[in-house]
Amino acid sequence: MFWKYGLFFSILSGGIWGIFWQIFFTLVGILTLGTPLSLELSQIMIIGPLAGFIYIKSQKFLSIKFHLTAIIIISFLIYISHLGNPYHAGDENQLIIFILILSTSFFIWVSLNHSLYNLSPGKLSKHDIESFLIKFMWGIGLIILILITLIPFYIMIMTSLKNQQSLILNPLDLSVNLNTDFKTLFNSYIELFTNFNFHLFLINSFIVSCTTVIITLFFSIPGAYALARLRIPNKKIFSGAVILIYLIPSIVLIIPLYIIFSYMGLRNSLFGLMLVYPATTIPVALYMLRGYFSALSSEIDDAALIDGLSRVQIILKIAIPLSKPAIVSVGLYVFMIAWNEFLIAFMFLDDPNIFTLSRGIMSLNSSEIPQQHLMAGAVIATIPVMVIFLYLEKFLISGLSAGGVKG
Amino acid sequence: MTNIKKKNKNNLLEKEKKLGLILLLPTILIVLSVVIFPLLANFWISFKPVSLGDLRPPKLIVKERIKGNLSDKSQIAEIQYRYRNSSIKYDLKNVIIKDIIPNGFIVKDLQPAQLCRIKLKELTCNLNNVSSKSSGKIIVKIHKNDQWQKELDNPKKTKPLVTFSSKNVLTSFEFNTENFKKVFSASEFFEVLKVSFYYTIFGTAGALLVGLLAAQILQKSFRGRSIVRGLLLFPYVSPVIAVAFAWVILFDPFSGIINSMLVQMNVIDKPINFFGQKYTDIIIFGYVFRFPLALSMVIAFEIWRYFPLSFLFILARMQSFPEEVYDAAKMDGASPFQQFIYISLPFLIGIMSILFLLRFIWTFNKFDDIFLLTGGNAGTRTFTVNVYEQAFAISNLGAGAAVAVVIFIFLLTFSLLFMRYSKKETF
Repeated sequence: MFWKYGLFFSILSGGIWGIFWQIFFTLVGILTLGTPLSLELSQIMIIGPLAGFIYIKSQKFLSIKFHLTAIIIISFLIYISHLGNPYHAGDENQLIIFILILSTSFFIWVSLNHSLYNLSPGKLSKHDIESFLIKFMWGIGLIILILITLIPFYIMIMTSLKNQQSLILNPLDLSVNLNTDFKTLFNSYIELFTNFNFHLFLINSFIVSCTTVIITLFFSIPGAYALARLRIPNKKIFSGAVILIYLIPSIVLIIPLYIIFSYMGLRNSLFGLMLVYPATTIPVALYMLRGYFSALSSEIDDAALIDGLSRVQIILKIAIPLSKPAIVSVGLYVFMIAWNEFLIAFMFLDDPNIFTLSRGIMSLNSSEIPQQHLMAGAVIATIPVMVIFLYLEKFLISGLSAGGVKG
Repeated sequence: MTNIKKKNKNNLLEKEKKLGLILLLPTILIVLSVVIFPLLANFWISFKPVSLGDLRPPKLIVKERIKGNLSDKSQIAEIQYRYRNSSIKYDLKNVIIKDIIPNGFIVKDLQPAQLCRIKLKELTCNLNNVSSKSSGKIIVKIHKNDQWQKELDNPKKTKPLVTFSSKNVLTSFEFNTENFKKVFSASEFFEVLKVSFYYTIFGTAGALLVGLLAAQILQKSFRGRSIVRGLLLFPYVSPVIAVAFAWVILFDPFSGIINSMLVQMNVIDKPINFFGQKYTDIIIFGYVFRFPLALSMVIAFEIWRYFPLSFLFILARMQSFPEEVYDAAKMDGASPFQQFIYISLPFLIGIMSILFLLRFIWTFNKFDDIFLLTGGNAGTRTFTVNVYEQAFAISNLGAGAAVAVVIFIFLLTFSLLFMRYSKKETF
């Protein structure tokens, strides 16, 4: 059967990678040039398989020199087969077209080198076929996964750096003109901070989130310690209740909270938020910290008790210092929940002076305010979480995986 | 001797019990007041005809006016009190209006005479009932006396004092099942039910599958793996409002990139309103399918935003797996697919079913995402969006609370299922 031969797979993967990278770089071209480029696949459907064929036939003498030659040959073939006018772009863009073609062939070759490495052109065993398929899909899967994850963020940043005219004139132009001066480029951000009170929103969000973290930790550390260590009656029921409460969504509570807080005059205030947020995060924190405290050896506690320390002292001097990483990750996780919270802030806050970022961005969502302002607001809200996340990724990941089923 | 030991032990236990409760008390209090009490209040409200307007309690508005010339001795002037019940729904009971008539005047006449009294310069009108929307007038005819001084004796200087009692729907003991009848009999109830389950099942399963795929991809070690792992978590850690609006702008029918690209590449003739179109016809082999477009987009967003979580859990579980088992399987000649199906999957099935149940509950409860993407329009109204819609868009708080009760009952059922199954798997 022909489809059991390595040669077949090399030609097939050459075709698929060819089509994949051709589409990809046509899109990149459209986005960087901002002019429509036509997507032509018929040429690459021949050149791609040819590249696969060349690769598998010349596997024995692969060297850097050979790789470079192959890439140049493929580029040349692409250029020639389009009669010197790939994508039907204008002449003024020749340099970029050239780079696009070179990148297309480079990535086709690199992908082939990855998925066909050590594949024999002859008949393959079932095992070999499957490893080839897995390797092949792994590459495509990884690229698609990264692209899909990042595209909305790219759109967010690009849109925030444009102006109204260029957005309406050509939505496809996603290049950023870095030659413009700082003021034009960051116009939306400057606008938000000067005319839309975003500095206030930023501060409000920080105040609310930090207070939530402090209150949550202050309440949940002793509570979690008690649940993990002390002999309390009905402990099981209590732990079960914690999980149940942690599953109750705010949408179920929002109507009574709205009414009660309206009557108490707490609704349109940051204080109200600082009361509600900890109540929703304490059960999660309790659940996570209880796990960490239970994992600590109880012999240390016993030794400390014999030495005459009280339980409160044990919490302060032993449990907290020993589980610092855990507390940091719980704190970060709670910060993230509070920072990203939308529903309660949206329902509670009416006064623009006390808006949190989520609420502030919502107020930008109107037809009178240009899109790029909305996206600039989104970037402002995202950056602090991202910075924290990138700096303390390890902590946050352990926090997410301990309690992160919520969200 | 043993007795003392026992006593000591009991004492110690007692002490620990006390301390434990003290340590837990703040948590219990805040959870009781901000979670449990509102939850009970929600049940209470769901049996009452409460609307947003009821949050403003009924009031008696009284306006004081003077007719005629006060400084003219020969004339009789009038103080008029016009009152009005501001509520369009509720009567006011035991209404009393009080005011001081300054010393410089002599009261000639009072209207309505049977309700009003003057005692030591104090006017007291006992109006009893003022029914909803109704209004009335109190007229006091006065005459200036000799002690009158212009600066001191202005009747308007003292504000009329109003006391009344009114019924408050929120605290009264009247209940009916109107809200539930309305919720269940509405033609859209089954539509909402269907959409909720579609969204939840496909969203959860999709996120789980993509998470499994991502975990498989990232299990292999390669250069930059930890960076990619961090990148993949971006959708989950960013604020929902930011990413939801980024999606809306990405798919915008007028200036969105996806639409202009599809048009540019001749895939579609005219832009598609991805988040605003309920159905789109897809023709496959001559058959026309009515594809629920907006709902699918919302599900796609759900998958995009929450696959990182499943990915994180599954990857963590996979990395705790003993490598030797795979080596042994390779020795026995198992192919990579066989290794995946017969070794990895059975090992992951536990964590995946738990994840499915937990994420199922959370997706069912999800509000923000759909609300921000479509506002619950174009066939994407789930129960959670319906709560908002009923309570705040139609301003029928009672009906909203009834929908919230329905959600809570579902939630309780799912959670009990979850607790039963999660006992087998600790995580």
